[in-house]
Amino acid sequence: MSETSIFTDVLRWLPFVLWGFGLNVLMSVLAILLGTTAGVFLGLGQVSHTRVVGGVSRLATQLFRNAPWLVLLFYCIFLMPYSITISSATYNVPSWLRATLGFSVPVAANFSEIVRGAIGSVPKGQWEAAEALGYSRSVTLLRIILPQCTTRMLPPWMNLYALLITATPLASIVGVEEALARTQAAVQSEAQASFLIPMYVTLLMMFFLYTYPISRVSNALERRFRTV
Amino acid sequence: MLELFRQFALDLKASGINLTILYDAFDFERFLSGLATTCALVVLCTFFSILIGAIGAAVLGLSRGPAAMLVRAYVALIRNTPLLVQMYFFYFAVGSLMPVGHNAIGLPVPMIGNFTWAVIALSLYAGAFNVETFRSGIGAVHASYEEAALALGYSRFKAFRYVVAPLGLRFSFASLANNLVDLTKATTVAYAIGVAELLYVSNQIWSDSLNTFEMMNVMLAIYLLLTGIVVWIIGRVQAAMRLPGFGAN
Amino acid sequence: MRTAIEDRALVSLRGVRKAFGSFEVLRGVDLTVAKGEVAAIIGPSGSGKSTILRTINGLTPVDQGVIQVGDIAVTDPKVDKVALRHRVGMVFQQYNLFPHKTVLENVSMAPIQVLKEPRKEVEERARELLVGMRLPEKALSYPGELSGGQQQRVAIARALCMQPQVILFDEVTAALDPEMVKEVLGAVRKVAEDGMTCILVTHEMRFAREAANRIYFTDKGVIVEQGEPKAFFANPQDPRTKEFLDKVL
Repeated sequence: MSETSIFTDVLRWLPFVLWGFGLNVLMSVLAILLGTTAGVFLGLGQVSHTRVVGGVSRLATQLFRNAPWLVLLFYCIFLMPYSITISSATYNVPSWLRATLGFSVPVAANFSEIVRGAIGSVPKGQWEAAEALGYSRSVTLLRIILPQCTTRMLPPWMNLYALLITATPLASIVGVEEALARTQAAVQSEAQASFLIPMYVTLLMMFFLYTYPISRVSNALERRFRTV
Repeated sequence: MLELFRQFALDLKASGINLTILYDAFDFERFLSGLATTCALVVLCTFFSILIGAIGAAVLGLSRGPAAMLVRAYVALIRNTPLLVQMYFFYFAVGSLMPVGHNAIGLPVPMIGNFTWAVIALSLYAGAFNVETFRSGIGAVHASYEEAALALGYSRFKAFRYVVAPLGLRFSFASLANNLVDLTKATTVAYAIGVAELLYVSNQIWSDSLNTFEMMNVMLAIYLLLTGIVVWIIGRVQAAMRLPGFGAN
Repeated sequence: MRTAIEDRALVSLRGVRKAFGSFEVLRGVDLTVAKGEVAAIIGPSGSGKSTILRTINGLTPVDQGVIQVGDIAVTDPKVDKVALRHRVGMVFQQYNLFPHKTVLENVSMAPIQVLKEPRKEVEERARELLVGMRLPEKALSYPGELSGGQQQRVAIARALCMQPQVILFDEVTAALDPEMVKEVLGAVRKVAEDGMTCILVTHEMRFAREAANRIYFTDKGVIVEQGEPKAFFANPQDPRTKEFLDKVL
């Protein structure tokens, strides 16, 4: 097999794989939105002074942070219903959506830690000054502390997204037809050994070109926001 | 004593919680072997990834030329691409290039098995994160310590080896613990290339005995335990290396 | 025309210039220190005093000029750095003792590891130096367990253990609490009185007047005035010198 024909073969399969990559991106965007929202509540819950809320939030965060992403994925795939019925209409829950929910769980747990860390990094003097001015704890949190946290949370949040997008190929193991699954299909279809490396390298490059800029921006933001 | 345990497990089954690993010898054995494989992966990859991380950070700290660029490229590539794709790349793509041997009955046997590829892929993966960890730990060491060593006649390399690196290590523990926890969790990805680690084995068990829910929970509990042990070990090492009066502690 | 001092010169700087980026810190410094002499450099912040010290032992390379320490040409690109740092010792403002080594190790490690001298000899010498610094009982303590003044005296012992010909003192009391300044100045005095050639950058005017043979005043990167302490402080010639002394005395 000459070099050029392998190149054209890869090119031929490229749109097919790229469409699959679109599914990876879709899953990651949905999962980061869901996970971030849930993570905010979990994170705030962790710093709550109410014993039950604090305890449950911390427990949930620890549990889902220390669980492997693939295990959580399996959990959601196997134990989530295949279809749900809302007011007499039955909707099929496609596997990619179940995978997305599966990804949202560790994202929420990780973001919960990011929130907790950011809140903890605000100097104690801020709390004291607010208290001296008569603010209640929850208002202090909402109006004074959290606004200061947003810049601190941005770089780790972007890192979390980078982690997430590189985790999405795990969905291929549970049957989602995303970029990796499609690459495997392409490889099996071509059935020649010399196709393997170029195809996988192409897939690696796809992820690299998408994720690397995100890492760079995150690093740049981190340097900019550093208060030291 | 064991019989009591077994009876307890069977009672659980009667009430709806089916933990075959506790009363079925076959399931118990394969569960244990899966756990052992996972632990083996964690221990081996921890060792190699720390080695890779240390060498990489040393290169970044001492050289500014092509070696440093190579390390940076390696770290950027590994951290911005999926572990699963890397593992498939090694096992399928690179593996296809490897010479194939033959075993006793003439069947083809790949030179590098899936467990070995898993160790390679996971070590390279965690190693990249460790390079970053050690690099920033070293960066946190105040320049004045290196300066004092230079003023005493140490070369840059010796100053690094005797002064900067030992101090940088103390700053790296928290981040290192994080990386090793991530590594422990990442061993599940080896499932995809057929390594009989904990997830793979649990999958087999719940496929046979249809106790998916129970096995999932057992797995979650075990991974919680494993990551807890990793964090505890790092904590002990950190405590043993504590320096009175020095910042990081 | 060379003066008597220049004939016995141990350290000499000629036309030294150094810029950090666009900021010119040293704009043509000429300095000569004879063997056995104690030279004190005083001046406002940012006048380049510490930079001058750092150029002498090669920690800061210069842009222009010639620096000579005995027969070693510091400004030679191929200078033997180990030989230079053997001959020139340095004590820093922030002491910079290595926190992961005991006091004894701090004092003895460089002669053993850099100069390759036999361990027993060096450790004996180190212990004697600690006695001289009145810290013999602290030999096995860690720097974090010592006060600032004690740490600084250990730093002086560490510089002495290399058996240099000249020691540079960079504002060694500036980071100390007032009650510890005296003990450290006493130690510096002792080193000077034992015949060591010393170049000090200091804010302690009284100490400079009592201990130094020669005072140099720097301002904006040049040496404005120099002279014998008594005459220098009683009757400064240059208006900039007068202005500075008015502020600090």
